[in-house]
Amino acid sequence: MALVVSRPKLSLAEKFYLPALFGGMLLTIKHFFLTMTGRRKVTMQYPDEKWDAHLPEWYRGAPTLVKDEWGRERCVSCQLCEFICPPRAITITPEEIPTDDPWAKVEKRPREFEIDMIRCIYCGLCEEVCPEQAIFLRKDYSITGYSRKDMVHNKQKLYELGGLKTGVVNKWNEKK
Amino acid sequence: MDLNAFLTPGTEVFMIWTSVAKTLGLVFLAILPLVSLSVFAERKVSAFIQDRVGPNRVGAPTTLLGFDKDLRLAGLGQMIADPIKLVLKENFIPKSVNKFYYFIAPKLAMIPPILVLAVLPFGSTLFGVPMIIADVNIGVLWVFAVSSLGVYGIVLAGWASNSKYPFLGGIRSSSQMISYELALGLSVVPVFMICGTLSLREIVEWQVQNGWLIMPWWPKGFSLEHAFHDPASIFQSFAAGFSWQRLLIAVPMLISFFIFLVAMFAETNRAPFDLPEAEQELVGGYHTEYSAMGFALFFLGEYAAMIAGSGVIVTLFLGGWSLPMIPDGSHGWFWGLVNIGTFFAKICALLFVFIWVRWTVPRFRYDQLMRLGWIWFFEIALANIFLTALILVYIKS
Repeated sequence: MALVVSRPKLSLAEKFYLPALFGGMLLTIKHFFLTMTGRRKVTMQYPDEKWDAHLPEWYRGAPTLVKDEWGRERCVSCQLCEFICPPRAITITPEEIPTDDPWAKVEKRPREFEIDMIRCIYCGLCEEVCPEQAIFLRKDYSITGYSRKDMVHNKQKLYELGGLKTGVVNKWNEKK
Repeated sequence: MDLNAFLTPGTEVFMIWTSVAKTLGLVFLAILPLVSLSVFAERKVSAFIQDRVGPNRVGAPTTLLGFDKDLRLAGLGQMIADPIKLVLKENFIPKSVNKFYYFIAPKLAMIPPILVLAVLPFGSTLFGVPMIIADVNIGVLWVFAVSSLGVYGIVLAGWASNSKYPFLGGIRSSSQMISYELALGLSVVPVFMICGTLSLREIVEWQVQNGWLIMPWWPKGFSLEHAFHDPASIFQSFAAGFSWQRLLIAVPMLISFFIFLVAMFAETNRAPFDLPEAEQELVGGYHTEYSAMGFALFFLGEYAAMIAGSGVIVTLFLGGWSLPMIPDGSHGWFWGLVNIGTFFAKICALLFVFIWVRWTVPRFRYDQLMRLGWIWFFEIALANIFLTALILVYIKS
């Protein structure tokens, strides 16, 4: 069935064009004065004013590694995050924990843990998949660097950003 | 050379050096800063109209002098930063252009608006020197003859660029010209009928005596001397010279003013008639293939045309350098400067209107512009001439 597009019937004032013209000019001058005098504020002056205070609790910023309350790294190098990462930003080099280490029962730890922040899409799947709750998306959002190499976060940098996170699952504690 | 001849009004030497000084002063102290300022104003006003902030970072680089912070000055540094950027940029010339016309087109677009300024009285007198570069008795004809040359720059740029978008821009420009030029010319005929002269200086003097053409509210004797020397006599002389018949002049003048203003928008390629440029359709229109100074000259030409156009409107309809009750330059150099300031203040107000309209009204279509020019404005301007004649007969009788 053919669609009939109805043509609006213009009134005389609308055909004359001028009332609409002056109406529009009145509107824009109103916006001009309101914005100029600062009574209508829309823009946030970014580097001077920041979002940080308004970020929600669930904000997904840069993925980071966290330590538990004893300062031990939570990551056990299971590599689940590496496998689920959609843009393959994560590269883990696992390492065996020597038997004389107090945490020898954990068996594996990451020797190197790299997240390429150029690739990262901040989806949060790594945080979701992690069985040890070792990787978290924190609120850092302006990740910058002078080279591609700068943009790859290594283990040290990831712990630096992540810091301490207590009160979650501690699977490797002594059985009570 | 005799120094006395240098400073005596009327001698040839005096004429020459004052003319040169006026020309250089007008171009370098008024037009170039005003162009820069209007580009900045364009960005700032458009930002405010669209609820944005606009350029507000570039200011005085005081950190270079050892201070902790740069002064921002509300972004006024942009006025200097923009020209510097354009001067330092690489002037890239596409391989396929016709080099000679490609080079000459930006200059052709820039020269006419500056030539128009030669005949505009931008002040009364300063130290007895009339503030007009060339006081010719056919000033208005010069304005029309020269300002319509600006279209050649655009058409040549469109053709010489050897590219489809500039070409379309050039074609649109010429079609636009033939649709507004008639209305532009005819709409000022009533001004000459009322003032009885073609000289822009005499038109302004008429307005000083009789009130601005779009609002002839103060009759003879209301302005200048009376007001300055005897403030109490203002209202007496106003009441004595006031007549309702004189107010009738405002009717054809408002029609003329409106048509002339709209035609001037088309003449200066400003929105809503910026068809040759039309960023959304033609990339950049006629200046698509230009970079750095070539582009800067077109830019300069466009804004200089706006300033010259505003100057013509101010001179013809808004009383030129005059303000009611402000004396002219014969009362001292201070008032001469005030008159010059008044002229440029009026131009700035009109430039604001130009910018305001650009960020309000959507672009007309090509055929709509022709329709407007040929079917509406041409006829209305023609009828307006007869209306003026009838009113003049009524007033004189």
